[in-house]
Amino acid sequence: MRFGVVRFPGSCDEVDALDAARRVGEAELLWHADRDLHGVDAVIVPGGFSYGDYLRAGAIARFAPVMEEVAEFAQAGGLVLGICNGFQVLCEAGLLPGALLPNTSLRFVFRQVALEVADAQTPFTRACAPGQRLSIPVKHTTGRFYSPDPVHVVLRYAAGENPNGSQDDIAGICNEAGNVFGLMPHPEHAVDQLTGSTDGLKIFESIRAHVADRVPV
Amino acid sequence: MRARVLVRPKQGILDPQGQAVERALPALGFQGVSNVHIGRVIELDVDDPERLPEICEQLLANPLIEEYEIEEEEEAPARP
Repeated sequence: MRFGVVRFPGSCDEVDALDAARRVGEAELLWHADRDLHGVDAVIVPGGFSYGDYLRAGAIARFAPVMEEVAEFAQAGGLVLGICNGFQVLCEAGLLPGALLPNTSLRFVFRQVALEVADAQTPFTRACAPGQRLSIPVKHTTGRFYSPDPVHVVLRYAAGENPNGSQDDIAGICNEAGNVFGLMPHPEHAVDQLTGSTDGLKIFESIRAHVADRVPV
Repeated sequence: MRARVLVRPKQGILDPQGQAVERALPALGFQGVSNVHIGRVIELDVDDPERLPEICEQLLANPLIEEYEIEEEEEAPARP
């Protein structure tokens, strides 16, 4: 399978996302000004500071030409993974419900956190066991998830681990259809023992398994 | 037309910036200040003021978490 990783001006985690995706399949970069997803099987909107995060995190990136294509791709059932700033962009674009607010501490948090898989049936978590604990880092200032309406929770911070004041310890959610997933932790930074954990690979392996099931080779 | 858009966190949404300022004031000797909220001011010249609400909803504010107020000014002041 082939992943496409969107690069906006100000993205900074697209290279790690490419590297992580290449551990389970092929991957290529998609440029923010392109109106073409190059026929990829799944799209990753990576972390960073798209368009400098001027105004609000993710607010301007959602108007990038490539985001129209991503929205159409998602409408058609394509898998879209938004990590950190990518999660913020997907919320601003209305592809995911809710919004990300500044951390209650007002501080940048950068540390390994323990997560619990709240739903192991999604295309993004099917390689996990229900309730499985994952050790994955967070690094953000604007990660406090908020939604006035109930949402489909996929990942939660384990008890006592919530780094940002997120509602109901929410770390990652998906849309109603289940094909768009956003999370604040960075699975692409947890794919090699060199950095202490390979739990992030579970997310990429799940996507590969889902695409393999859907498109028999 | 010159306009000023005030954007602030919606009622009921935790505003840690406002809280931090509220906590700092007594330390400086300013007693009796409460309900501090921090937002932002966006000033702009706009040809068609009727489009301002749309501009606010789509970009200047996130209506899920923020409310906005539009103030219209008659004359555009000279800016350096």
